[in-house]
Amino acid sequence: MFGKLSLSAIPWSQPIPLITSFIIILILLGVLVLVTVKGWWPYLWREWITSVDHKRIGVMYCLLGVVMLIRGFADAIMMRSQQALAIDAPGYLPPEHYNQVFSAHGTIMILFGAMPLVLGLMNFVVPLQLGVRDVAFPTFNSVGFWLTASAALLVNVSLFVGEFARTGWLPYPPLSETTYSPGVGVDYYLWAVQISGIGTLITGINIVTTVLKMRCHGMSYLRMPIFCWTALASCLLIVAAFPILTATLAMLTLDRYLGWHYFTNTAGGNPMMFVNLVWAWGHPEVYILVLPAFGVFSEIFPTFSGKPLFGYRSMVVATLFICIVSMMVWLHHFFTMGAGAAVNTFFGISSSIIAVGTGVKIYNWIFTMYGGRVRFEVPMLWSMGFIFTFIIGGLTGVLLAVPPADFLTHNSMFLVAHFHNVIIGAVVFAIFAALEYWFPKAFGFRLDGRWGTAAFWFAFVGFWVTFAPLYMLGLGGMTRRLQHINFPEWAPWLYVSAAGVVILILGVISQVLELVLSIRNRDRLRDITGDPWDGRSLEWSTPSPPPFFNFAVMPNVEGEEAYWGIKLRAIETQQLSPEPNYQPIEMPLDSPVGFYTAFFSFVFGFAMIWYIWWLAIAALVAAFAGFVVFAWRDEHEFEVSADEVARADRARREARTAILARLSQQGAAP
Amino acid sequence: MTDTGLPASVAALRRIREDPHRLGHRPHDGREPVQGIGMGTTGPAHKRIIVGYGFWIFLLSDIVMFSCFFAAFAVQRNATAGGPTMAEIVDLPRVAIETTALLLSSYTCMLSFAATNARNVLWTQVFLFLTGLLGLVFVLLEAWEFYDLASRGITPQRSGMLTAFFGLVGLHGVHVTAGGLWLATMMAQVLVKGFRRHIIHRLICFNLFWHALDIVWIGIFTVVYLIGSLA
Repeated sequence: MFGKLSLSAIPWSQPIPLITSFIIILILLGVLVLVTVKGWWPYLWREWITSVDHKRIGVMYCLLGVVMLIRGFADAIMMRSQQALAIDAPGYLPPEHYNQVFSAHGTIMILFGAMPLVLGLMNFVVPLQLGVRDVAFPTFNSVGFWLTASAALLVNVSLFVGEFARTGWLPYPPLSETTYSPGVGVDYYLWAVQISGIGTLITGINIVTTVLKMRCHGMSYLRMPIFCWTALASCLLIVAAFPILTATLAMLTLDRYLGWHYFTNTAGGNPMMFVNLVWAWGHPEVYILVLPAFGVFSEIFPTFSGKPLFGYRSMVVATLFICIVSMMVWLHHFFTMGAGAAVNTFFGISSSIIAVGTGVKIYNWIFTMYGGRVRFEVPMLWSMGFIFTFIIGGLTGVLLAVPPADFLTHNSMFLVAHFHNVIIGAVVFAIFAALEYWFPKAFGFRLDGRWGTAAFWFAFVGFWVTFAPLYMLGLGGMTRRLQHINFPEWAPWLYVSAAGVVILILGVISQVLELVLSIRNRDRLRDITGDPWDGRSLEWSTPSPPPFFNFAVMPNVEGEEAYWGIKLRAIETQQLSPEPNYQPIEMPLDSPVGFYTAFFSFVFGFAMIWYIWWLAIAALVAAFAGFVVFAWRDEHEFEVSADEVARADRARREARTAILARLSQQGAAP
Repeated sequence: MTDTGLPASVAALRRIREDPHRLGHRPHDGREPVQGIGMGTTGPAHKRIIVGYGFWIFLLSDIVMFSCFFAAFAVQRNATAGGPTMAEIVDLPRVAIETTALLLSSYTCMLSFAATNARNVLWTQVFLFLTGLLGLVFVLLEAWEFYDLASRGITPQRSGMLTAFFGLVGLHGVHVTAGGLWLATMMAQVLVKGFRRHIIHRLICFNLFWHALDIVWIGIFTVVYLIGSLA
């Protein structure tokens, strides 16, 4: 009846996961009770859960990502403290638990922390910057988000029911085959990543179509803000690479469930084929994350330097160059496979060449600041910290791209330090910069910069104190994923690294404090102008938060930096452009189909993990039925009356006129 | 948000003032771009184009997925582990009938879309039905083939080569089956609702899907069956 599922699936004998899950369940129950008592369900259902508004979905993506970052960070604390405590000692985490911790850490940080944040930013920002009212397929957008969320839930259920994979964040066979991993851990990984992968693919298709087919009037390719370019490049990579992941995991699933021989080490299976396939996704995945991060910095440097981006066209070329070359470097993750000198040379050179495109970008950002009036607001701090951190991460990457050197550092702590250096230095720094930068646009008030500054410095210093010792350990010969350590001479570095985690914890606390205090002081921090940073792209022409239809009248773009031109003209002429003739707007209707589909995907995944076949079939049928019912609806759009549009836009124009008056008092008029 | 009615000279001066370094590279020729296709500076495309375009992108991603299974087959085609080889399991006459059925179904699918464009419900339904029937013939023949092989002890569990064979061919079969389900849903929608805008958009997508499966099958027919029977 319940397949492999029984009460013994709950880890009664392991206090750490047990207590953690009870605390999480208590928190969840508390939230549910609070929402029920306050009567927020109708609001949540109408305005958020069934919303197809790209801004709402973007915010929910970011919320999911932040929660998962904290979960992944908890894993990181456990790993660093275990290694500091397990020098010639057992430490406090038994090997089978430690192996789950590092597997969950990688999986969650990349797929459920960084990906939702990056997808959320793209969802929120791209339509606003392109001057359109929503993405190409709003309902599918909601489906994509809820699939990702249900997959994240599935991963976290593994904490309480069963176990997670012990194979690392990429389940290499033959270890991940049933012979060596008979438990449900790898199955949790497979179904969770498979479901979230489908969600990601939907978002990828959506953004590609939006950027290529839906830009507002006058927004030619070379007038798009760089963030849109990087979102396009990133989503092209999603479309090209995520199907590879889907295929690879499907093959491993067939091996595990039906005893097939794709990757087994018997009967003609080929484990190295998994490694090749999974990195043919895995390396582009790195660029899927980092390209939008580059886009974020390309928005922040011009804004806070008061100058147009230096070398816009070279930035576009560099982005597309990285996009293409990133598909040709995957083998550098396993030079030690023994593919021979010619193959290794090709991939070594192509990996090093990526640094050319990235170098172009770094110079462009530096030259953007040169001669500008730089304001050291929090987003700018993260961006400058990024340049410093990322250059060093990139240089160690070039070291690793040289095959003979890679043979010495393969799978060592040097590698661990390198990829954290680039992923934290670029992606995580960009995420925090972006959250600070676009927060007022999303919520209508700024974050209080003081705690944000503290968070930056704790994170920056904490990062280096944590990861610089790992470079030394790696050069000293320490391999990754060690549950205990037999070399006392490594102890000082491990202690320093653990101390760095404490600094990072302070950073996390500062970030949370910043959020809480800013929400409490939101009236003082209110952004009434809609343009708190003196921005240059179209999202700053809307009020904060923007109305659900974004733009009362579709913008008409007349040059690069669309909003900057409009703003200068308004200041120069001391008036806004004449009031447009407001027309009714068609907007997509909300739909619960995303939530519905994701719910049954979760049930399906859970049933497959535990071999509950009847439930899996029932869930599939229910999901399909839901889709048919959705497809049957007659009304897809509703009309916003011209009056409502006019009312919203007149309020915006009033706020803008007030700024103009204030600026002219300050002597900005010509 | 644009100013209109300014003399060209004033507009030019304004551009120079706004853009002294000529960052906003403007096109040099004065050709009028086509409206509604979402290219260049003409604003968002029509919904029909957006839907079709997005579905094309999805199809590309689907073909990438197939290419992984093709790659696996290429890697494992000699990994027979002492079991049967490709040449021993190919039954070319049956595959020829399968292929004919699927190619014909693409033809009828195209005819159904011609009828859709003529807004003829009856012929649209007739050709959709024929498409589904031919798809069913294909799927049944494939199921028969799998059953036949399995009854001779030739299963994916036997060797890496057979795993890759069943995986690639089976993935295509699953796609055709899903396409058949979709087709039935589309026929029901056309029957109940007629040619609404959304339903025509979905018919466009269905057509693209069905033809894409045909293209993939041509790859399978060549790489798996024809070359396999030679070896």
